[in-house]
Amino acid sequence: MSSTQFEIKSYPDMWESLGMDVARFEKMRCVLGDVFQTTFLSQENRPQRMDYFNWIVSEIHGGRIREILDAKKEGRPVVGTFCVYVPEELVIAAGGICIGLCGGSQGPIPDAEKTLPRNICPMVKSAYGFKVAKVCPYFQSVDFVYGETTCDAKKKTWELLNREVPTYVMEIPQMKRERDRTLWFEEVKDFKAQIEKVTGKTITAEAVTEAVKIMNNKRKALQRLNRLQHHNPSPISGKDVLLIEQIAFYDDPVRFAEKVNLLCDELDERVKKGIAVAPASAPRVLVSGTPMAMPNWKAHNLVEKAGGIVVNDESCIGTRYFKDLMDENMTDLDSQLKALTDRYMKIDCSCFTPNDDRVDQVLKEYRDSGAQGILHYCLQFCHTYNIEAIKIKEACEKAGIPFLAIESDYSPEDIGQMQTRIEAFLEQIKG
Amino acid sequence: MVVGVDLGSRTIKVAAVEDSRLVDFRIAESGYDPHRQSLEMIKGYHPARIIATGYGRHLAKRHFADDVITEIKAHALGARHFFPECRTIVDVGGQDTKVIALDESGKVLNFQMNDKCAAGTGRFLEIMASSLGYGLSEFGAEALKGKGDVRISNMCTVFAESEVISLKNHGTLPADIAKAVHISVIERLVAMLARVGYEDTVVFTGGVAKNPAAVNLLKERLDIRILLPEPPDIVGALGAALYGT
Ligand code: SF4
Ligand code: SF4
Repeated sequence: MSSTQFEIKSYPDMWESLGMDVARFEKMRCVLGDVFQTTFLSQENRPQRMDYFNWIVSEIHGGRIREILDAKKEGRPVVGTFCVYVPEELVIAAGGICIGLCGGSQGPIPDAEKTLPRNICPMVKSAYGFKVAKVCPYFQSVDFVYGETTCDAKKKTWELLNREVPTYVMEIPQMKRERDRTLWFEEVKDFKAQIEKVTGKTITAEAVTEAVKIMNNKRKALQRLNRLQHHNPSPISGKDVLLIEQIAFYDDPVRFAEKVNLLCDELDERVKKGIAVAPASAPRVLVSGTPMAMPNWKAHNLVEKAGGIVVNDESCIGTRYFKDLMDENMTDLDSQLKALTDRYMKIDCSCFTPNDDRVDQVLKEYRDSGAQGILHYCLQFCHTYNIEAIKIKEACEKAGIPFLAIESDYSPEDIGQMQTRIEAFLEQIKG
Repeated sequence: MVVGVDLGSRTIKVAAVEDSRLVDFRIAESGYDPHRQSLEMIKGYHPARIIATGYGRHLAKRHFADDVITEIKAHALGARHFFPECRTIVDVGGQDTKVIALDESGKVLNFQMNDKCAAGTGRFLEIMASSLGYGLSEFGAEALKGKGDVRISNMCTVFAESEVISLKNHGTLPADIAKAVHISVIERLVAMLARVGYEDTVVFTGGVAKNPAAVNLLKERLDIRILLPEPPDIVGALGAALYGT
């Protein structure tokens, strides 16, 4: 794909039929295309097989939507999600599709602020705004939105969102005791019943076994990519890995795993030949914190523009999504659902208390990735991550790890200040 | 000779260094065209290298500077030049406030900068001064005379300004209001220092270090020794120049 021709494909008729504000959406589409051009396609020495992911972006509002609409016609469930705490395996077992809805853009925030308070996190405002302004074809296509109780802004917004689109809420426990596990197990069973209600079909143990394999393969592919990303000098930019991880939330899982593995084959070759996207001396940064919904590329972009490289992302867009696999040998539904429960209870979202596991995990990933500093990225008003950053900072101080906490939103107005902080952080790493 | 240029939001500072000695410096308003202003200011020097820092550093790099460093690193280098042992630096400039912690060898260990708003910066003092009808230096002198029993409770500059006006309308003495405004700035600074951690001597740089009320209050609140470079506002430019030698 020649870099000057990049365009996100337009499907006005399909959008029209989805009840979207097409004129408004057209503008957003062009902006996204331009940003993608300058942020991604202008990178030097990108791996060849990023082509697939570029193509996926070019079809973000068309090709993938068509696939979703086709699935819906066949009675397969389509679920919009905002959290990695959704038992995706059950959706897939019903032949369905999980779509990570974005909420990473400034554009629709003013629409949300007509209703929602201003001082809640930009993720919630952006997502809600996408729906009320009718400028997201995914939102317009889903059977229902999966909401969860991980933070106050979310759980209360679901009540309002439910007026616009059916919103099914699961209670995520906020501690990890036995009784919380029991609660979550019950929630998982209810979720299965919900999917069965939407499809009118029963989920079988065989179907779950298949789904577990599909998800494991996808997660293994992402783990492999993550290990390659750790190589010094890096064969791929942190920005590209972030993009792939974001695409993981809405692409078809089987095709996606295959394409990630093909890319990894190329990266293996690059490592052997010593082809890299940054010199071995580039400061290596681990990003940790609030997940970055598409198209929030701010932090990674600033780090890499300033000459650093992101070598790991400990967030739900990154390792938190794929670090844990599931046992594939379960054959009856009850043990499958229990195993599913256990797998999801390992996620160390900052909504949990206590949550020291996350601190250990961040330090472990720091060592495994050969990073030289930790950038804790937090969305404004995301209290749990913001407060938990203090414990991560203390752990870093104890271990002598350079640490920088940044709080930001999606607006461009603080880019200058963020840039200064990040450049100073890279200077600090270089010593 | 190496020249350091600190393109700040309000003023531009230039420092010329030869054999690691400061030989000359210049300070001027940034004006509407900081690029041209910088060029004016380095006229007459024949530097081997020009290093830029401050908000406008990347602009300078595009036009005339050989390299750039951040304000954080520049202040670390500059402060160490004046006080070779120092471990903590506070810089209160026009639009931003920084606290920097160094290790024994002068490496940056940790730093903090204020967030987007102007609370706690020189600009905050300036706005409050003008709403009381003072010039900046008068404002500091006046604050020295204040009793210190009045408080400004708003962090937001806009609200703080209306608070100042309402105090004035209630007949509170201007000196007491001036002191309250300074206290509010210094309390923000103390909180930042606490988060970064500080040693028993702190180097105070930036334009606000010229304000005796601010310096006194910081000394009082923390019970520490305060070291003032002379002049305090060229530390960044000097650090940039030193980086280039
Ligand atoms: S950070 Fe927490 S709430 Fe957000 S996606 Fe991750 S698990 Fe879900
Ligand atoms: S970013 Fe934080 S505050 Fe926002 S929805 Fe996620 S958990 Fe809640």
